[in-house]
Amino acid sequence: MMRYPPIGLLASLLIVLSMPGLAATDAAEDAARWDMLHDMYFKDRPVEEAGALIRIEAPARAHDAALVPVRIEVEPALRLKSLSLLVDKNPVPLAATFRFGPASAGSGIETRVRVNEYTNLHAVGETQDGRLLMAAVYVKAAGGCSAPAVKDPQEAMARLGRIKVKLPDTLSPGNPATAQVMVSHPNSSGLQFDQVSRTYIPAHYIRSIVIRAGGQTVMEADTDISISEDPNLRFSFLPTGGGSLEVVAQDTKGATFTHSVPLTAAAAKGDPAL
Amino acid sequence: MTTTLNPGGAAASARPAAAAVVRLFLLTAALPASAEPLAMTEVAPGVFVHQGAIAEPAPDNAGDTANMGFIVGDSFVAVIDTGGTPELGRRLRESIAARTDRKPVIVINTHMHPDHVFGNAAFTGIPIAGHANLRDALAARQEVYRQRLTEELGAGTAAGIAPVRVDRPVAEEVRVDLGNRILVLTAYPTAHTNNDLTVFDRKTGTLFTGDLLFVDHVPAIDGNAMGWLRVIDRLERVPAVRAVPGHGPARVAWPGALDAQRRYLTVLVQGVRRVLKAGGGIQDAVAHVAEEERERWLLFDAYNPRNVTATFAELEWE
Repeated sequence: MMRYPPIGLLASLLIVLSMPGLAATDAAEDAARWDMLHDMYFKDRPVEEAGALIRIEAPARAHDAALVPVRIEVEPALRLKSLSLLVDKNPVPLAATFRFGPASAGSGIETRVRVNEYTNLHAVGETQDGRLLMAAVYVKAAGGCSAPAVKDPQEAMARLGRIKVKLPDTLSPGNPATAQVMVSHPNSSGLQFDQVSRTYIPAHYIRSIVIRAGGQTVMEADTDISISEDPNLRFSFLPTGGGSLEVVAQDTKGATFTHSVPLTAAAAKGDPAL
Repeated sequence: MTTTLNPGGAAASARPAAAAVVRLFLLTAALPASAEPLAMTEVAPGVFVHQGAIAEPAPDNAGDTANMGFIVGDSFVAVIDTGGTPELGRRLRESIAARTDRKPVIVINTHMHPDHVFGNAAFTGIPIAGHANLRDALAARQEVYRQRLTEELGAGTAAGIAPVRVDRPVAEEVRVDLGNRILVLTAYPTAHTNNDLTVFDRKTGTLFTGDLLFVDHVPAIDGNAMGWLRVIDRLERVPAVRAVPGHGPARVAWPGALDAQRRYLTVLVQGVRRVLKAGGGIQDAVAHVAEEERERWLLFDAYNPRNVTATFAELEWE
């Protein structure tokens, strides 16, 4: 698998260099960073430019560095085995890896990340035959990992572990549907400093979210501190006739949070429709 | 529950300040020995306000972007917010000395934001009052605020910011007697931030709202929009005749000045709810919500997208 090692690097260099207004030194630094991440997370596997197969979107200038919305679109015909999201310059760059199961109806994902400094975001998809395809987007935002995003700590702790699922008004078995899963959790990064106690607030975050529909896996997500407070996922799945959509989230203190909603249009009204 | 502070008792704690003050003067050795007093408006007898620029902190305004003031009683002075840099705090102190022989015995912080509290450094040794949540909220943010000020105005301006200190936490209501002049300090549930506090001077019917009221400057949400709308309903019943907003003119009519802000927050909440109902995401909301308010406020583009983002994350849990 050593045949094409320069492709990933070359592709990312091209992307970085083609961005207007970016100083050459920054571009070189960004490319070197990606080179390092490539080596760290994908070893010597080549990573190809995804072109139109995978697209990643984020605001060019984030309004809140601790809550940067990211949308990854994947060509419907392309069924990925997994999708990784990296925030290149964050202290822990790998924000999440999503592994798709039989109840998934497409590999696109929307979520929210923290951005610590001006950086590229990379989406790397792994195809069923083991190819790695990547897309990148540049985001201007800073301070998202160390900024105290929790605006009301008492309310956040009171709500910790609450899970909300949003489903469309109508569901028909076998027809792809979009769902949103929200997990209330401060997702403390461990990088937030408290001036009074002179210590860092300990890391405490959601490390995995497993979603099943009618007993079949939609996806298993490994998540880390680059995911924003109150982890939020939007994805497609295949509704079954009856059954339920189940969410199981685990945090770094070993707590498990679960929630289940029936996959029938009438019963789904318990959670407001999308 | 109401408690009354006795500012006379506070004098004893004013002594340890000496060393810190000496250090401050060393840091600012290159500057004139005494700071230039700030321009003040007497908005009511004994109530003085300095109006900050309606702008983001920048070199051309030296970080002077929030309103601050002081109230003079028969015996003592209370300071309400101290400005966005230690230097502004020193200039405020000079303004007090220029207007009265009475001494400040309490500094009241209306909330945690750096444009209102970084001048606290000039009031070492004087007790600081604030919302019961202020200490923790500012402790978690001060380092980020300090870094931002350094980026905006340079390391020299940010030098000497005082460690977080809240000596008189206010859980609900506290009265401060300045000598024949009672100030009522009221703490509110989460609105603009989770540590908003107002100061009401009963003698003249003047209400210092802190950033619970923005005038001309678009409101900035660092708490939650629904909570703020509820607090506005409560504030409206305060029997004041005039208010001093956190940003805007030195004095505005009460309670009429609340109307524009209530309208903005209502439009924001309704707009975000519409996007949520239609299944849209944050980006869709940022692109459209409250657009009809754009021409009515200053700094709209600096804050509206953030307000929409925060409100989206708040309301999607409804």
